[in-house]
Amino acid sequence: MDAGATKPTRSFRIETAGRSSRAAAAAAGVILLVLVLLPAVAGRNMIQDLIFLFYMLALAQCWNLLAGYAGLISVGQQAFVGLGGYLLFALTLLGGVNPLLAIPVVGLVCALFALPTALIVFRLRGAYFAIGTWVVAEIYRLAFAQFKTLGGGTGTSLAPSVTSSVPGIEWVKTMLDMRAPAARDVISYWVALALMAGTLAFVYLVLRSRRGLALGAIRDNEAAAAGLGVDIYRIKLAVYVATAAATGMVGALIYLQKARISPDAAFSVLDWTAYVIFIVVIGGIGTMEGPVIGAILFYLMEHYLADFGASYLILLGTLGILVMLFAPRGLWGLVAERYGLTLFPMRRRLVVCGSETISPEA
Amino acid sequence: MLILVPEMTGWLDALIQGVLLGGLYALFAAGLSLMFGVMRLVNLAHGDLIVLAAFVILVAAERLGLDPFVAVLVALPVLFVIGFALQHVLLNRTLGRDLLPPLLVTFGLSIIIQNGLLQIFSADSQRLRAGAIETASIPLGGGIAVGVVPLLTLLSAVAVIVFLNLVFYRTPIGRAFRATSDDLEVAQLMGIDHRRIFAIAMGIAFVVIAIAALYLGMRANFDPTIGPARLLYAFEAVIIGGLGSFWGTLAGGIVLGLAQTIGARIDPEWQILAGHLAFLLVLVVRPRGLFPRALD
Repeated sequence: MDAGATKPTRSFRIETAGRSSRAAAAAAGVILLVLVLLPAVAGRNMIQDLIFLFYMLALAQCWNLLAGYAGLISVGQQAFVGLGGYLLFALTLLGGVNPLLAIPVVGLVCALFALPTALIVFRLRGAYFAIGTWVVAEIYRLAFAQFKTLGGGTGTSLAPSVTSSVPGIEWVKTMLDMRAPAARDVISYWVALALMAGTLAFVYLVLRSRRGLALGAIRDNEAAAAGLGVDIYRIKLAVYVATAAATGMVGALIYLQKARISPDAAFSVLDWTAYVIFIVVIGGIGTMEGPVIGAILFYLMEHYLADFGASYLILLGTLGILVMLFAPRGLWGLVAERYGLTLFPMRRRLVVCGSETISPEA
Repeated sequence: MLILVPEMTGWLDALIQGVLLGGLYALFAAGLSLMFGVMRLVNLAHGDLIVLAAFVILVAAERLGLDPFVAVLVALPVLFVIGFALQHVLLNRTLGRDLLPPLLVTFGLSIIIQNGLLQIFSADSQRLRAGAIETASIPLGGGIAVGVVPLLTLLSAVAVIVFLNLVFYRTPIGRAFRATSDDLEVAQLMGIDHRRIFAIAMGIAFVVIAIAALYLGMRANFDPTIGPARLLYAFEAVIIGGLGSFWGTLAGGIVLGLAQTIGARIDPEWQILAGHLAFLLVLVVRPRGLFPRALD
């Protein structure tokens, strides 16, 4: 910044990162390292809690990309959580595939399922699309309830031979001096961390790319974006398929960890869509930071209030409505508005070297 | 005289029951269709509101010792006021260019209603007891009979559709409904208070919801968790029929009812799945529904 002042002529460059975001990037690196090493010191309860936090955050970030940027408000993402879980069970129980290898395969298959699904539900616009995706999730649920080899309507459990075949368990057992179930949690923890960090990185990189600029344009004004030559249908399709793959992989991990699956749980609209929407909306939809804040808040509420059952859910619903009405940009929106802070910068700012910085809305 | 073999009787029976079931779905869908039509509101709490109305009728029937058909008359004005207030106080604030607020607010409402009902009434199955009429049926010959309650359901659905069409096309308030639906800004310029119009529309939608709830509660058991499935049936009926046409909604309900009973006849586990698949099929073949009128 000072270097620019010595130049005699004015030159321009485009930058996205600012000081706070560079600090945030460094902090993210440190946090990631700490999280990777955490199992060495953390107890089993904490590891399990963090697994939950990580997969909810990964699901939330996917939904945020889908609804917050691409304008595809889906209430049917449980279709891909359940599909991912069931595919993992099918691959490991019936196909004998190694569970960790199965997770990326599940992602691929979910993308293959998402493509024809999208071709049908994309015929519904806007709000009708939302309910259409829910119908599709119900179809998946009812269809999987018909697979008798996977337990039909009552579901099935992963055989101990499968859960203990996860690679690395022996290594963790000896390295961290743990019993097998705890070692299994540690492996799941690392997979969850990898999926969460991978999803965040993926969403961030997409949003910073050319496609991301197009997505931001769609978010702000779809008709104007189309007018500027953004191929809306294609970009929406790509986002739908990519988030389906990521959501499916998270679903596979969730059910590898739970080791028990049933159609009603795996395709639950409450667990895999309502909570996720709550996280994104409370935190701040259409921002990278929002879902992170929302997921941490949701984790705390779940931890301290979930015992209240129905009252807890009433509270969640009420909070969601209040935020939507009075702070539609969520908690992060309030912070960002007040302090002009961005941790994951996406805006391109024109820097005129040697003079003041112009920062137009990008 | 035509002599029916048992197999054919079974299928014919399935067709008749399907049409009658379609009457129930048309009742579920009529309220939703009205909200789509007037305020372009996609109400994710619709199914839960039907269940809520069923509980209101239940309480009225039990507390006052009334027959459900009388209890619904007590519930109607209460529900009209609830609907009016809900739209005026809450939902009017969500309407605008952005799709997200109405969807999320009604989704939150759905969770609140479900869990509120769970707290008050527990998860036990309930039923509206109407005495002898519940099991009464009219024999049609050939071993086929139609239940009186299912028949009343279909007749009520037709009556509701006729009523809604009369309101829409023959009354000043209906003209205001159509005006706000066609062009909100111009309607406002003409002096229409759209907030009040929307609230009245929601009140009427709640009256339709109450009628749907009466038959929901008399035909089968209900509990606080069954709302979302009713929302999906209602939505499917509206989309199959085509947006913007009440008669289309009735036809959509009947198509859905037929698909479900035919599916159930093949394998009882396929009933719901067959309905959903019929919906997808219509979406693929005729994306705008069978009898579309509105443009979006």
